[in-house]
Amino acid sequence: MSEQKVIEIEVLRYLPESDQAPRSEVYKVPFTDDMSVLQGAQYIKDHFDGSLTFRWSCRMAICGSCGMMINGIPKLSCETFIRDYYPNRITIEALANFPIEKDLVVDLSGFIEKLEAIQPYIIPKEPRTVEQGEYIQTPAQFAEYIQFTSCINCTLCYAACPQVGLNPEFIGPAAIALAHRYNMDSRDGGQAQRMELLASEDGVYNCSAVGYCSEVCPKHVDPGNAVNINKINAAKDYFLRFLSPKGGAK
Amino acid sequence: MDGWWKKNPFYVEYMVHEATALFVAAYAIVLLVGLVRLGQGLEAWTGWLEAMKSPLSIVFHLALLVAIAYHALTWFKLFPLTMPPIVVNGKRVEPNVVVSTGWTAAIIASLALLGIVWRIAA
Repeated sequence: MSEQKVIEIEVLRYLPESDQAPRSEVYKVPFTDDMSVLQGAQYIKDHFDGSLTFRWSCRMAICGSCGMMINGIPKLSCETFIRDYYPNRITIEALANFPIEKDLVVDLSGFIEKLEAIQPYIIPKEPRTVEQGEYIQTPAQFAEYIQFTSCINCTLCYAACPQVGLNPEFIGPAAIALAHRYNMDSRDGGQAQRMELLASEDGVYNCSAVGYCSEVCPKHVDPGNAVNINKINAAKDYFLRFLSPKGGAK
Repeated sequence: MDGWWKKNPFYVEYMVHEATALFVAAYAIVLLVGLVRLGQGLEAWTGWLEAMKSPLSIVFHLALLVAIAYHALTWFKLFPLTMPPIVVNGKRVEPNVVVSTGWTAAIIASLALLGIVWRIAA
């Protein structure tokens, strides 16, 4: 048997009851080549300090709970492997651009509010009764939005976005991608309502096309594309109102 | 958020891309000054032409060329991010195809322009 390898994991700790500010702590974690960074954190919790707090659930990049900054890059810790960092030290921190609740757990309430605000459900174009049957959609219409349904709300894109850091009110990549998902759905008629928010001061124009959100997205949703397409849509709405009766007023 | 862009090579590329836009503006100003001098008569125009030939101006233009080339290169890289998807024959065009088409078009346009200027100068 080969010698047990050990890696240093530096964790940004913050216990609201006792700490004035976040502080770093280093743990020496024995690991095997199949261990993820999440398993490293679990090892620390089981063997060194049971108070270490972090979110996780599925361990297979589906639930979106275990996002953290790993050496400064937002990643899902369950699909990031310790072996790729060895022999260097791994630094894990709570996701950037969010208030820290405890250790690696961030306060997501602002994000949840943004998700609710974009009305992430189908607002039917024409309400149908059960007797009228289902809403028909062609494969081509389905293809228009399918990519944007893959979001798992891991919020890595918020941690990647400097504009979210500068303006926490910015609706941000994931919520705008989800708004776009419903706007693009042929069954939906809620675009006008959602565009009001997307075109507002907290909307798409906060984005300066850094593009890092799409780079870090573990599900290839490409939220940056959704944001930028809606800059065009918002601009169209703005100019087309000069051509519409009553200047587009309701 | 102070110094946020230094923390990640991706942000550094973004900032350099944004900063090189100033070089594009600088070159536009150089050309505009040329246009103004042309309007002021032959003497002013030849003065501007002479100034363009000075070693300092040549070094400045080489720096502009490098910065603007970098800006163009990274600008096309942003195409797939900023554009609505392009669908050809029911299939979405791959992002790398969009980027390389942009680069190819820019290179061909530059070479064509260079050829035209070359012929006029000759």
